[in-house]
Parts: sequence; C-alpha cells; structure tokens
Amino acid sequence: MTHVSPRRTYYLVFLALMVLTAVTTGVAYLDLGPFNTVVALAIAFLKAGLVVAFFMHVMHLTNLSKLFAVGALVWMVILIALTVSDYWTRQWGVPAQGW
Amino acid sequence: MSETLTHSQHGTSPLQHQFDDLGQQWHANTIGMWLFLATEILFFGGLFVSYLVYRSTYPEAFAEASRHMDVLAGTVNTAVLIGSSLMMALAVQSAQLGANKLVQRFTLLTMFLGTVFLVIKVWEYYHKYTEQLIPGANFAYEGAMRHQVEMLFVFYFVMTGMHALHMFIGLGLLTYILILARRNAFSREYFFPAEVVGLYWHFVDLVWIFLFPLLYLIGAHYQGPVHK
Repeated sequence: MTHVSPRRTYYLVFLALMVLTAVTTGVAYLDLGPFNTVVALAIAFLKAGLVVAFFMHVMHLTNLSKLFAVGALVWMVILIALTVSDYWTRQWGVPAQGW
Repeated sequence: MSETLTHSQHGTSPLQHQFDDLGQQWHANTIGMWLFLATEILFFGGLFVSYLVYRSTYPEAFAEASRHMDVLAGTVNTAVLIGSSLMMALAVQSAQLGANKLVQRFTLLTMFLGTVFLVIKVWEYYHKYTEQLIPGANFAYEGAMRHQVEMLFVFYFVMTGMHALHMFIGLGLLTYILILARRNAFSREYFFPAEVVGLYWHFVDLVWIFLFPLLYLIGAHYQGPVHK
C-alpha cells in the first residue's frame, strides 16, 4: 500500500535543494542576457521535480493517482500556452487584405 | 486487517464506513488531495501567467522594481521553507512507521520553521511600508515607468500574500496532526492524515520555489538606469 523512504533520502534531497537555492541566487548576479530567466526557471523546475518526486512520493502513487498529478501539470501547460499564444502574437500585425 | 486494528487499539475505527479497507481509503485520500492540489496549481497558475504577460510586456520596469526586493530575506526564507519541508517529510515518515512521539517532534519543528518564515515575511512587508512601496495608497516611487514598476509590487503582494495565507492554513492543519499524534492515532496501517497534510505543505513549498526567483532575483544583474 505504501512505501517508506529511508531518512537518508530526505536529507540528500534537502541538501540538493539548498545547493540549488544557492546556485540560483548566485547566478542571478551574473548578466547572462535572456539566459538569466532560462537558468532560473530550469533550476526552479529541477527543485520542484525533487520535491514532487521525493517529498510528495509521486513515484509511489497508484497509476490513477499519478494521472491526477500529471493532469494538474497538463492543465497548467494549457493555461499558459493559450494565454501566451494570444498576448505574444498581438503585435504580429493585421493579416493582408484580400482574405 | 482493519477490523483487528480498530478494536484492539482505541475502540473507534480509523476505517471510514464507506471504504472496503484501509488500502482503498488511502487510495481515495491521495487522489482527493491531488485533485485539490490540481485546483491550487491552476489558482496560482493564473497568477503566474498574469505575471508572465506583464513581465514580458515591461521587462525593464520589472527588473528595476525587483532591485527593491530584500534578496537576503528572500534567500533565508527559501532555506527556512525547504527546512520546514524536510521536517514535514520526516513527520510523515514517522507517521508511516507509527512513531507518534516523533510525529509530534517533527510536526512542531515544521510549525516552528513555518512561523519563522511568516515572521520574516511580515518584517519584509513592514519594510516595504516604511519604504513606501505598497501599491495603491502608499506608493512613493518616482522614477521612470512608475506604474509599470508598481505592477510588480502588485504581483509581489498578491502572490506572497496568497502564499502566506496558505501557510497560515497549513499551520492550522499541522495543529490537527499534532493533536492526532498526541492521541497516538498513527500506525503503520493508518497514517493518511499526516500524508495528506504533508502533500499540502510541500505544495506551499513548491509555490515559493517559483516565487523566489521570479520576484526577488530578476533585478540582481540589471544594469539599467538607477532611478531614485
């Protein structure tokens, strides 16, 4: 029914999260142009992945429960993709006449 | 299995009457919590996507505004919150092993770190007040792009405010776990309330993992004109 992780796993995940926090703070002071945001988000998603996988035990859920967890992510992607596809294309101009 | 557990331990069964056995109850509990978290993810997702639209429209104003964030306080709070998530994970693990004393200890540590986070947050809000950076009535920033700069502070207060509200609710839920542990309610067969509250607490941590770089760190390397 359930899986009990050893404490060492939790300590290692905690350590990884702390190191990644230090890295993301440090990198923010370097000017990488647009890559500042890319790196910040990559680290944030990595941290989130660690929390979901190990602290929230998502890997040990039943398949139906996993579907609910993955579904949340899918709806989130739809929310972002549809909103951005509107706002980021408004400056593309009016289509040529004759349509 | 559940039958023997219930009557030998405290007379009242942890097995709710609508379930066949504790395995089914656990399954329903985790699915229900993940469904609730999906609604929470979409709630905060709406805020994040609005942030995305405004920040991509006014990148320089947002970078400039972010320079007024207290990066040290934000970093310390990130560490405090990750620490509280570790304590929460250990509390859930103790519940899974039926170690009620340890559940109490780790739950108290989780609550302590959660409270430290909120105290630092209030201290930050107070400084934003004295620096007159609260959007609306108390916003005295006079540099260029004043209203666009103000927008980031709107996101800052709405998003960290909603996050803090979730932490207050989390502290209430942890109090409930503490009471259950004091009654020796957890066992190897029945630990679901601790696990479900743990999922909620880790979710609150997840939100902060994204809030911290997006609010505090986007101005750190900004070389643009310094206003004010």
